[in-house]
Amino acid sequence: MNPLLSVEHLTMRFGGLVAVDDVSFDAPARRITAIIGPNGAGKTTLFNCLTGFYSPSAGRMTLRHPARGEFLLERMEAYAIPAKAGVARTFQNIRLFPGMSLLENLLVAQHNVLMRASGYTVGALLGMGRYAQAERRAVDRARYWLERVRLVDRADANAGNLPYGDQRRLEIVRAMCAEPVLLCLDEPAAGLNPRESAELNELLAFIRDEHRVTLLLIEHDMSVVMSISDHVVVLDYGRKISEGTPAAVRSDAAVIRAYLGEEDEAAPGRP
Amino acid sequence: MREAAARALAFDLAGALKDAGLVAGIVVLLTIALVGFRTQDASGGAALSYRFEDVFAVAALAFLGRLAVALLRAHRPRPVLGASVLFALALTALLLHGAETRLLPFASAPFNWTIAIAAWTLSARAAWLLWHSASELSAEARDALMDRIGARVQRSAGFLGPLLLVAAVTLPFLPWADRRLLDIATLVLTYILLGWGLNIVVGLAGLLDLGYVAFYAVGAYSYALLALYFDLGFWTCLPLAGILAAFAGILLGFPVLRLRGDYLAIVTLGFGEIIRIILLNWYEFTRGPDGLSGIPRPTFFGLPITRTPPEDGHSFHSFFGLEYSPIDRVIFLYYLALALALITNFVTLRIRKLPVGRAWEALREDEIACRSLGVHPRNTKLTAFALGAMFGGFGGSFFATRQGFVSPESFTFLESAIILAIVVLGGMGSQIGVVLAAILLIGLPEVFRELNQYRMLAFGMAMVAIMVWRPRGLLAHRDPTVRLSDHGPPR
Repeated sequence: MNPLLSVEHLTMRFGGLVAVDDVSFDAPARRITAIIGPNGAGKTTLFNCLTGFYSPSAGRMTLRHPARGEFLLERMEAYAIPAKAGVARTFQNIRLFPGMSLLENLLVAQHNVLMRASGYTVGALLGMGRYAQAERRAVDRARYWLERVRLVDRADANAGNLPYGDQRRLEIVRAMCAEPVLLCLDEPAAGLNPRESAELNELLAFIRDEHRVTLLLIEHDMSVVMSISDHVVVLDYGRKISEGTPAAVRSDAAVIRAYLGEEDEAAPGRP
Repeated sequence: MREAAARALAFDLAGALKDAGLVAGIVVLLTIALVGFRTQDASGGAALSYRFEDVFAVAALAFLGRLAVALLRAHRPRPVLGASVLFALALTALLLHGAETRLLPFASAPFNWTIAIAAWTLSARAAWLLWHSASELSAEARDALMDRIGARVQRSAGFLGPLLLVAAVTLPFLPWADRRLLDIATLVLTYILLGWGLNIVVGLAGLLDLGYVAFYAVGAYSYALLALYFDLGFWTCLPLAGILAAFAGILLGFPVLRLRGDYLAIVTLGFGEIIRIILLNWYEFTRGPDGLSGIPRPTFFGLPITRTPPEDGHSFHSFFGLEYSPIDRVIFLYYLALALALITNFVTLRIRKLPVGRAWEALREDEIACRSLGVHPRNTKLTAFALGAMFGGFGGSFFATRQGFVSPESFTFLESAIILAIVVLGGMGSQIGVVLAAILLIGLPEVFRELNQYRMLAFGMAMVAIMVWRPRGLLAHRDPTVRLSDHGPPR
């Protein structure tokens, strides 16, 4: 089976700094691929290239949408990547619309569908078209996801007033409301307690299995990485140093070196 | 414990007197040059006259006021209440009876009224303290209270709106509705229209536009030029002027909407000036500083509202068989402004509930998140800009037809600043807040025209006061555009 996303020779330079250096990997369809690495390894830069916030210096990123065909992400503008190619993302520091209600947050995610239904505003303003129906469907979809993360009781409250863990989950389901085929999560477990972290694992597995979405996630929390990811890519100083199943990556000498440093030659007798 | 508390509250009379003396001294320093001397026309040039009695009155009032505030702070409301009520009563009585001016603190009545109002405010505050002994509202409590009031006003918009509408529709037929009141009401309505238009750009889309007056000018000149060069009527020109203003908005927006916050504000400020300077200097086309006069008045579906009907037809009163009255046109203009404002309001309220309106608000909240969800930032902002500009253009057309004369002087930066102040003071994004702020900022200064140049001082002070007490505006409460509870169970 073809991978959903293929990244080939991706390079991102900021002046003299090479943040991502010739990275290639595949994200298999309907699997969870984790990108791990020490701080400053270039993980978030890679995400920003994928989602159009940066235009990469070199390389190619091919997304094979099951229904709409192939997209070359490096040639697309940021807003078009979610709208056309079906790539949604979340952010390391949560980016909700804090002054808007939870429901509104989820409706903004369905903007393009609703815009078409509203006849690009003109139709709905003149009372034409089937906007009411489309809005109802959008609200139903939002309700479905709010129920999924048990936030339906707070649907009309402002998103900015939610506790931190709920904000993280809301951001994920907001991205899901955009109906993506590839969901990129930037440190979804950061700042979550163990119980919330376990809930997150469950949600991600649900998204993968029931909604058949491919996930790409940056994560520091090894318990999350090891328990739910199907495929792991390890970056260090912008380079890919290892790739494989979680178990294989864990025992890879290069990975251990990157995380724990070189073994000290002055103390050879230690086990 | 109790003793300590008592000591803490004990009134330090010497300290308070010293403090009040210091304040009076500062007031003297500040006012002696501005108030104490006055140049007057005299034969052969200007002569200096002295008004030291006014400086003295100001200093004495500052001294007394400061002392009263100190007493109130130390929870000693009784003497303040007694003194301020006596003072306020005496002053009000003197003012109402039009007594000998020598007894009043100032020569001009508005000043004396201001002092009387201040005295009444002090009395009210003292009385409040006397009855609610020591229940000082903290800043947060006050903020929460105002928020609740804002929320309640917003909630009651359901009946408040129609109520205001009925009041607005019946206004011309009320017994005390004279020409002056109607003129002021029309002016207020124009600013409400402009405030609502700018509210789309600033309040909803969060784009700080300091050059809104440019679109107002484009609308006004579009109508004036189309009417004068092509002999088109008001009702043909109105949509054209709106379209031209929207087009100007798109022209400006296309290159600059990638800028954010302060940078956008500066560029729009520049644009406002550019339009004004073009109007000023393109003499062959706009007649520059001379302005355009003889702009046709609006017609009632083709019927002119004039005393003498045109030779080949009817005028408004002859067609309906009414007696001609000069106030007819004032009333007609008032209703025209009301209709334009209502259209703006209706469109804004409707669009806010549509996806594009939600996208505007989402862009205001977080542009990067918007891009990650497939909202096209530039196009979405452009629609807000164009729509806001269009309503500005309608306002401009109305202005031109009402005045019958336009010149670049009407479209200075001050106009932009006032419209922006209406939006910000009203509470960004709040429709009814704009109405309130327009009445406060446009209506009241017009009513108090006698205050002359001090009008602007009072205007500034009111702005400062609101910004100190309500930094987010008078009615800064936002209701969601859609509620899950309204949608019932899923099908």
